[in-house]
Amino acid sequence: METIDLTKSSLRDLNEILQRQSEITNQKQWEVINPKGAHAVAVGLNAPLELSIKGSTGYYCGGMNQKANIKVYGSVGPGVCENMMSGCVTIEGDASQYAGATGQGGLLVIKGNAASRCGISMKGINIVVHGNIGHMSAFMAQSGNLVVLGDAGDALGDSLYEARLFVRGNVKSLGADCVEKEMRPEHLNILQDLLNRSNANADAKEFKRYGSARSLYNFDIDNAGDY
Amino acid sequence: MTDHRKPHTTPVKSWTFDDHTNSYIRRAAATGIYDIRGGGAKRRVPHFDDLLFLGASMSRYPLEGYREKCDTSVKLGTRYAKNPIELDIPITIAGMSFGALSGQAKEALGRGASAAGTSTTTGDGGMTPEERGHSTKLVYQYLPSRYGMNPDDLRKADAIEIVVGQGAKPGGGGMLLGQKISDRVAEMRNLPKGIDQRSACRHPDWTGPDDLEIKILELREITSWKVPIYIKIGGARPYFDTTLAIKAGADVVVLDGMQGGTAATQDVFIEHVGQPTLACIRPAVQALQDLGMHRKVQLVLSGGIRTGADVAKALALGADAVSIGTAALIALGDNDPRWEKEYNKLGTTAGAYDDWHEGLDPAGITTQDPQLSARLDPILAGQRLKNYLKVMTLEAQTIARACGKNHILNLEPEDLCALTMEAAAMAQVPLSGTNWIPGKPDV
Repeated sequence: METIDLTKSSLRDLNEILQRQSEITNQKQWEVINPKGAHAVAVGLNAPLELSIKGSTGYYCGGMNQKANIKVYGSVGPGVCENMMSGCVTIEGDASQYAGATGQGGLLVIKGNAASRCGISMKGINIVVHGNIGHMSAFMAQSGNLVVLGDAGDALGDSLYEARLFVRGNVKSLGADCVEKEMRPEHLNILQDLLNRSNANADAKEFKRYGSARSLYNFDIDNAGDY
Repeated sequence: MTDHRKPHTTPVKSWTFDDHTNSYIRRAAATGIYDIRGGGAKRRVPHFDDLLFLGASMSRYPLEGYREKCDTSVKLGTRYAKNPIELDIPITIAGMSFGALSGQAKEALGRGASAAGTSTTTGDGGMTPEERGHSTKLVYQYLPSRYGMNPDDLRKADAIEIVVGQGAKPGGGGMLLGQKISDRVAEMRNLPKGIDQRSACRHPDWTGPDDLEIKILELREITSWKVPIYIKIGGARPYFDTTLAIKAGADVVVLDGMQGGTAATQDVFIEHVGQPTLACIRPAVQALQDLGMHRKVQLVLSGGIRTGADVAKALALGADAVSIGTAALIALGDNDPRWEKEYNKLGTTAGAYDDWHEGLDPAGITTQDPQLSARLDPILAGQRLKNYLKVMTLEAQTIARACGKNHILNLEPEDLCALTMEAAAMAQVPLSGTNWIPGKPDV
């Protein structure tokens, strides 16, 4: 285990040494202490590292992650794992706005709550939130799965494309073109697998599925009032 | 037969309700939908044609044409980047997406720009291997949609351009209509084939300049602080937008006036939102000067740049380089009269064709149709673009030498006068024949 103390090392030194690790590195175990809310911690990683961050971080923690498994023992600021490509990131606390924005792959697990616009424009990432999510989550979400064990705020899935949304609690309101859909066996399988992988103590059958009505896919002047 | 005892005046059409306006009303009434088109503002606005260079005189001596050196090289991104972009000429190719343009057109842009010693730019939809392969220097646009965005391509780029806005539609997002979504475009954007692909007007993970500063930090950390970060803004509030871009940490500000083109936007947006390029440049330069950052943060101007004279005037007013989009497409063959019969079939004429979003471009440029795309030979088209860039550079050099400058960036506002009061006020140079700059004390 290599430990980097962000009160002694600079952010540049931290990211540089983590980004330098290759696919075949023997040094896979890393720990960051004293992040003290720093922005852009552990961004652009591209190796199967096991990284523990002991404390809370600022914006864009784990941004564009590839392959690395990251655990944050604290809360994270806006844009955690934005555009993540692969790997797994677990947040033990809460996440601010835009969690998993535009993510293309991998698994983001938020043990606490996520604020507004969780999963905005997601493009293939899987996001599991053990708590609640804020308003406008999954706005223009293209693909992937957003799982919420708690409640969802206003305008869930507004202008949704092909992403699947699974919510166990209440949905305050659905956004334009987002509708409740039938939960078929294949969806239960996908959902249960994600719940299991994210250590969520829940049964897929307790959830409802939401998706796109696909009525806004091609411009129609009669839909102008929906925009 | 006319009754000469009761003469009539000749019929007069309304200036307010002219033929175009009437056709607009009829079209709106028939379809119930606004008009979408490509390109930039077509209306007449004060532009570089309204400025003249003074040339050398008793108090200035010129440089010998073809003999005395007039350097045209520029370096962009000198503020923070380890590897600034060094260009042979101060004319770059603006961002245009694969999707909006055919693969052949993107390849031609890369070939032409590289042969002329300058950079080209990706667009919405990400970076294609062909584009990277044919572009010696490639700027990677980082857009609100993040279609096709990935860290591997980000690290392959020579610079990153964060698009906040563009001149054709400051405050607007984008739309690639379903008819242009081929299998490959759909795959790159991770969306089903054939549906309209909306590009958001705001970035999904930051709001405002304070956030942008942190976003830039993230991008620099991911790219090891190697490449310059550009911020592209539309011509809305150029003084404040430039100030905030500098504050956010930009290496380069790209400023796009309302004549700058787009692939597809509402005509009402293109013609009625934003400011002319000429009106944008001086406030932006003033912002740079007020912060002591002129020439430290480079300014790239775009929107209606057509000739070497336009290039020279933009640089004289304080830009470090210019960028061309529409003009580059015309150099490739867009709106060429050789396709007139086909333009006629589409209900238009060469020089006016702007339905780029429909994917039916006879020139094979703004289309994904394989047969139409095959009409454009990327090698020949790239050669045409290179020739055009070289002509513009020679023209700008000719003017710079006539003004006694041994580097094109030594051109200055003092070398210019204006033909109209509007242009004098916007460019802040004297009205021709006077020492009067509207809004300024007499000089």
